[in-house]
Amino acid sequence: MIRFENVRKRYPAGREALRGVSFRLERGEMAFLTGPSGAGKSTLLKLVALIERPTRGTVLVASQNTARVPRRRIPQFRRQIGIVFQDHKLLHDRTVFDNVALPLMISSLRRRELRGRVRAALDQVGLLRYENQFPLSLSSGEQQRVGIARAVASRPQLVIADEPTGNLDPGLSLEIMRLFGRFNDVGTTVLIATHDLELISRMGYRRLYLEAGSMAGPAAVPG
Amino acid sequence: MDTIARYLSLHVENMTGAVVRVADRPLGSLMTILVIAIALAVPAGLRVMVDNARALSGTWQGAADFTVYLEMAVDDPAAEDLALQIRQRNDVERAELLDRSDALVEFRAYSGFGEALDLLAENPLPHAIIVRPAGTSADLDQLVEDLDALEETALVQLDTEWLERLRAILELARRVVDVTTVLLGLAVIVVIGNTIRLEIGNRREEIEIIKLVGGSDGYIRRPFLYLGLCYGVGAGILAALIIVLGLGLVASPARALMELYGSDYRLAGLSLADMAWLLGVGGFLGWAGAGIAVARHLREIEPS
Ligand SMILES: Nc1ncnc2c1ncn2[C@@H]1O[C@H](COP(=O)(O)OP(=O)(O)OP(=O)(O)O)[C@@H](O)[C@H]1O
Ligand SMILES: [Mg+2]
Repeated sequence: MIRFENVRKRYPAGREALRGVSFRLERGEMAFLTGPSGAGKSTLLKLVALIERPTRGTVLVASQNTARVPRRRIPQFRRQIGIVFQDHKLLHDRTVFDNVALPLMISSLRRRELRGRVRAALDQVGLLRYENQFPLSLSSGEQQRVGIARAVASRPQLVIADEPTGNLDPGLSLEIMRLFGRFNDVGTTVLIATHDLELISRMGYRRLYLEAGSMAGPAAVPG
Repeated sequence: MDTIARYLSLHVENMTGAVVRVADRPLGSLMTILVIAIALAVPAGLRVMVDNARALSGTWQGAADFTVYLEMAVDDPAAEDLALQIRQRNDVERAELLDRSDALVEFRAYSGFGEALDLLAENPLPHAIIVRPAGTSADLDQLVEDLDALEETALVQLDTEWLERLRAILELARRVVDVTTVLLGLAVIVVIGNTIRLEIGNRREEIEIIKLVGGSDGYIRRPFLYLGLCYGVGAGILAALIIVLGLGLVASPARALMELYGSDYRLAGLSLADMAWLLGVGGFLGWAGAGIAVARHLREIEPS
């Protein structure tokens, strides 16, 4: 589902954030991306979502070479990926329902089908009763679950999450990670960047370890 | 069928969204709309005034006196007779004979050629009949033609120089109005473009989020275009109101003035077609201004 081949990324202003990263994540797989702060985890996910482009090397997502996706096709490309952010990135002037419906409205889904999908996604994260509330009236963990519901509402084949449990207490964090596990159980490919080594050691998924822009450890086997 | 319905519902949604957004900040929106409305009302109002003046000058053509110069050979009784005949036409209000000897006296008094005239054996001036037509300008052409065709007539001279001058001034006024229209149209585009630019800035975060979940440029652009359209059409409606009110204010003094000149001309207001034009132009300028702002600024906003 994701394949990096000797990917380098240098930000215009900064030093090299990724220095020759190669790995692959199979379809239906779930993995954690870990490593110290500044290792390049967010950068790697941004390359997957085409928020940034690599300086060198090849990034393939769902068998598409991202280098061959022109600017105007990026929206279409992103619709196959669900993205979850540490800071939720919810729209505060829209209800929980409307937030989750956003990716479906963009693909102009029929209203009845849209309703069904939004409610199913909210049900999966256990927030159906909040559908008419506004995000700010929810706790941080609940807002994160709204973000997850939005990411999965359009049933993407790939979900990526950057520190989805960054501000949550351990109990809530485990709950959120289990939620991702459940989406993975039904076939969604999941890649989660996190610092929380203790948390992921309690879960049995594959780990990709980044340090100073390079893959280290057994996960570094080139794809 | 289904896709058309969905497409339409998307546009209806965007339109209502735009109206809601305008209504959300009534004061700010109203000020923007008022500025645009004034920029639309000034050229449209001037146009109405100039059109009125042109129409009025058209009715004046009928009221202009003209002079029929007779052949030298026509003698006094024949000239008297002819004046009487002309006076009896029902497209003529008045016809006065200007006797050639009276004319000579007058000419001698005012021209300063008195000595020169004394050298001439005969009065060089012909009889002339001053005619004031009664009908409209369409009848006038017929009248002039008839009089010109008379055997006794040497020359028909319309005394319309002042009218032509007035026309030239009105033509100039119209050009000025055209230029003003273009300039204020540009101003409307700039005002709406700037408003939309600020709106884009306010909704930066929202735009980034929509881009992140795969919203296309078209999807992101649409609400802003509709917002521009909404401002433009709203301003068009307000501009029509301003003009109707303004014409209402000048209507009664204008009528009093017309009566002084013995004219029953009535000020033409805004027709329905004019109003439709105003809304259409407002909407178009709003859409265009928003389009320019969106093209320039949406690209700059990318999630990071
Ligand atoms: N937009 C940017 N411009 C310049 N340098 C950047 C930019 N984003 C990241 N970097 C640099 O790239 C390196 C990797 O950053 P990145 O955010 O990918 O790390 P990270 O592993 O996600 O760290 P954290 O765990 O703190 O989130 C850092 O040195 C960072 O300073
Ligand atoms: Mg990071």
